[in-house]
Formats: sequence, C-alpha cells, structure tokens
Amino acid sequence: MRHLPYMVAAWLLLIGLYGVVTSRNLVHTITCLSVAQSSTYILLLSVGFERGGTAPIFLDVPVGTKAVDPVVGALTLTDIVVGATVSALLLALAVQADKHHGSLDPERLGKAQDD
Amino acid sequence: MTPALRRRVFLVAAAVAGALLVWGLTGLPDYGVYAGPYGDVLNQVAVAERKAANVVAAVTFDYRGIDTMGEEFILFAAVLGVAILLRAQRDETEQPPDEDAADRHAPGTSNAVRVVGLALLGPVVLFGIYVVTHGHLSPGGGFQGGVVLATGALLVYLSGEYVTLRRVSPELLTDLAESTGAAGYVAVGLVGVAAGATFLANVLPLGQPGMLLSAGTIPVLNLVVGLEVAGGFVLLLYEFLEQTLVIRRPGEVT
Repeated sequence: MRHLPYMVAAWLLLIGLYGVVTSRNLVHTITCLSVAQSSTYILLLSVGFERGGTAPIFLDVPVGTKAVDPVVGALTLTDIVVGATVSALLLALAVQADKHHGSLDPERLGKAQDD
Repeated sequence: MTPALRRRVFLVAAAVAGALLVWGLTGLPDYGVYAGPYGDVLNQVAVAERKAANVVAAVTFDYRGIDTMGEEFILFAAVLGVAILLRAQRDETEQPPDEDAADRHAPGTSNAVRVVGLALLGPVVLFGIYVVTHGHLSPGGGFQGGVVLATGALLVYLSGEYVTLRRVSPELLTDLAESTGAAGYVAVGLVGVAAGATFLANVLPLGQPGMLLSAGTIPVLNLVVGLEVAGGFVLLLYEFLEQTLVIRRPGEVT
C-alpha cells in the first residue's frame, strides 16, 4: 500500500489512453483524454502529501503546523484549468468535424468528405 | 490500420509503458512521506513574507505569478479558439430565436427547474464573489470563483431561455470582463515595474495575515482572474448554445 496512489495514477493514465485509442466517438475520445489527464492530479497531490499534514492554509492553525506541499496544489490548480479549457476547444473541433463529415466517428473522418 | 490491429499495438505499447511507470513510481518516496524541501520551506516563510494565510494562493499568484499569467493566457487563447471555431460558417445562417414563430422554442423547462434555478441564482453569484475575494484567506480564488460565477449564467439559461440569457449578460459585457481580466493581470505586473521592482513583484501594502485586505497584489490578481474566468466560461456557454439554438445549416429544418 506504500505506492497505491501512484499506481492509481498510472492506471488512470493507461485506461484513459486505451479509451482514446479504441474510441468510436469524438466526444468519448475527449472524455477519455480527460480521464488520462486526471491521473496527473492524483500523482501531483500524492507526491506532495504528508501523513498527518493539514491543508497549507494558516488561518485557524499556527504557522509551523505540519501541512502538505502547497506547490503541487498550485500546479494541480493550473492543470485543472488548462484541462477544462482544452476540453472546450476539442469539443468545438468535434462540433465542426460533425458538421463537415456528418459523423463523430474518428474512423470516418476524411472518408465522407466528398459527400 | 484496423481497430483490432490498433488495439493490439496499443496493448503491447501500454504493457511496456505500464511496466516502466510501475518501475519508476515504486522508486518514489513512500506515499505520505514528503521528501521535497520546497513545500516545507514555503509553509514556514510564506505567511510571514506575503501575509497570505492561504499558501497555495501565495504560490499561485506571487511566487509562481508569471506561470499563472501564462495559464491565464492559455485560457484566453482557448476561449478565443472556441469562438473562432464555432462562428457561423460560410454556408450557415444565423436565426435569432426571438425573431421566429412560437414553434421554434427549445424544449420547455418545468416549473420545478425554473423555481430551483432562480432560487439558486442569487446564492450562487454571492458565493462566487465570496470565493473570488477570499482566495488569499481560504480555499478558492479567481479560477474557482470565476467558474462558480459562470454557473450563474447557466442557471439563468436553465430556468429561462437563451433569449433571457442574452438579455441579462450581453456579449459586450462578457467580452469586456474577459479582456479586462487578461489585461488586468499584465497591468498588475507592470505596477511592480513602475514601482521600481520586478514584473509582478508584490509591491502593494501587505497588511496583516487573515484580514480581507492583506497579501498585497494577491487578492487583486484573484479579482482579475475571476473576471477573466467568469467572462470566458460564459462566452464558452454562449458559443455552444448558439450552435444548437441560433446557427442553421443549409437545408436544416427550423
């Protein structure tokens, strides 16, 4: 159990990529990419975790209380924001792909172009 | 490449990558044992140095302020990209829903959804403002609070109609919020230069930790980021709604 959260991160990355590779629908592909990306949140936060540590917010607890790493918290915040906006951009691309090809199936992109 | 072959190639590659990941990750310090020095150092000095009770906010908007500016512009560029991708194409026409007959209405909402949506609107907007303005004191900040604020626009849409949404938050206002947010971050950075320090230096009076007016530029940056994120996400909402409600492709039944 000493490395369980790291293994969860590795599993999420691989299962997300598996979904991207085998996807038959672009919206599903984008969701799988989000799953793969969420592995980075788990990895970052578990690297910065310290057993018994509190949140690095010293409003009710004095400075010097054992707290988790604030740097990975800030990195995860960046990660989530970038992930959300990239998903929005990819979904916009999927809307246009559906308009031009009449399908969200990645296999059919480029095939139905002449219709 | 057929899907079956692609799956097999992936499984081989994933087995190798998985083995490498497990090998690498088991070499990390045990879960719960923190090894790096930076987190501990920041937890010791950040409150005294920056008077921000929330050290994550101090890292995001002060120690790593320049990275957060890059992140904010990624958001700005992505919203811009969505707006460009989802504009009306050459062969498409725009039909504002309010100019049409009554049969063009989107599926009606039930009274339950309307009542709950409108009842939640006020508290959600207030909570969004709270989260944005208390980012340096408690969990939250501009990014989180901005998304909560944008949820207010979604509630307006759910409990009314697209037309109502356009009326209560016109595009000019959201454009303005988004661009003010992006430019405001740079402006706060330039204040540092004007004061004779470096770009994004925390030159405002720091105050006492735990007070609403403390931590210098950190709450100001939270505010501009909140504007940017709220404006950006409402714009995203518009763009996707426009695709289903306003923009018509040639030959599409309206």
